[in-house]
Amino acid sequence: MTCDEAEILLHALIDGELDAGHARDIEAHVATCAACAEKLEAFRTMRAAMAEAKLKQAAPAQLRARIAAALTVPAAPLGIARQSALTTPRAPVGKSWRTFFGGFAAGGVLSAAVAASLMLAVIRNDQGRELAGEVVSAHLRSLQAGHLTDVETSDQHTVKPWFNGRLDVAPPVIDLTAQGFTLIGGRLDYINGQPVGSIVYRRRKHVINLFVAQQLGAAVRNTKEASVQGFNVRHWREEGLDFWAVSDIDGAELDEFVQKIGAALHPPAGSS
Amino acid sequence: MLARTQQQASTAPWMAERTTMTSTDGVDSDAARRFRNAALPYLDDVYALARYLLRDAVDADDAVQECYLRALRHFDTYRGPAIKPWLLAILKNVCMAEFARRNRQPAPAEAELDESEIPLWQEPEATAEAALLRRADGDTIRRLLDGLPQPFRETIVLREINDLSYREIADIVGAPVGTVMSRLARARAMLRTAWNAEERS
Repeated sequence: MTCDEAEILLHALIDGELDAGHARDIEAHVATCAACAEKLEAFRTMRAAMAEAKLKQAAPAQLRARIAAALTVPAAPLGIARQSALTTPRAPVGKSWRTFFGGFAAGGVLSAAVAASLMLAVIRNDQGRELAGEVVSAHLRSLQAGHLTDVETSDQHTVKPWFNGRLDVAPPVIDLTAQGFTLIGGRLDYINGQPVGSIVYRRRKHVINLFVAQQLGAAVRNTKEASVQGFNVRHWREEGLDFWAVSDIDGAELDEFVQKIGAALHPPAGSS
Repeated sequence: MLARTQQQASTAPWMAERTTMTSTDGVDSDAARRFRNAALPYLDDVYALARYLLRDAVDADDAVQECYLRALRHFDTYRGPAIKPWLLAILKNVCMAEFARRNRQPAPAEAELDESEIPLWQEPEATAEAALLRRADGDTIRRLLDGLPQPFRETIVLREINDLSYREIADIVGAPVGTVMSRLARARAMLRTAWNAEERS
């Protein structure tokens, strides 16, 4: 182990984020490197001093009382349909935070790969499944963060140009309102660190995100469809673009959506 | 994801949420009670992060209140067991909106820092450093933390004060775990340097 690696990893050691093997590696390095040993000691001392100093300011009693009061609401009539785009379907929203946090349920955070290539923290061993998970996470974020659409309109001729200059591809924006899938807008999103266009549709109360990017699982052959944490996901690739549709509507309905998008992209010969 | 967070903070729909989030209309009392029992125990965590992010007691009060109301609104979609990082992520988003608001005002914006230009390590003068470190009191350390540039401050606060794992921090700040690690290393190095300077002055 070099001092440069130790520089970063000694913090992971202090924070208890290293597995036993890497903890041994860095301890072995520190045993033979006085400079790193000194840093380790100083940061341990600093951390202990910070823990002792009680740096967490307690919320003022007044604020606590105000919030507690605000959370004590009288029984309100149920079933008030919220109008905004923030509306999230109540029923089958899966284990959203597990999903949102991706793999952190997996426990020990720093795997061998992280230590081996320090800054490369993302490992994909089952790319298709991982990607489906990322897509569901992006879908959940769009529902939770109050940021479903950047451009909110049912007019495809407004959504399509909105992506110009924001993406290096022009995602097809198809209005399926007449077929029961209402176009509600578009959004710029990020999946695996790359910009992705999302065209947002609504089916009754359910939101469908259709993610479109140039390379988003192009190599994934075996993930045509998946169900992740109760969400249905469909992936296909055509005209050099990857498409991912995700929603909590049932599989058959999502298939219908995919089929209608496909039909609109390839109008049968001879049709008007 | 970082870019997305910044973008969220600067777009109108996100800002507009503020007005719709200040009431609890439409949330049934049972959900509100469950939310209160689950989320109120983390009030100090949320408040402490708000203080360090915003560096202003009044703004922190507002942000925390906004965070809890917003979280209540979205509680029906919350399923995971780790409610603390969920609340802190919402708070972070509220604070991003506040940063965006501040940036629109004529007041000077916080200087942008190129992370690569900050030395990862500066040798302190060789005296009994451990003794110096131990002498600092809470107010001093808080002030030194407040002096760190935002990305480093939030990372070290989430780690040391909110006691989150690297993975949880990465999800909240919207950066890969590797970035969190290097920011934490730099944050601690900067803090140590400032701490030493402080104790010697």
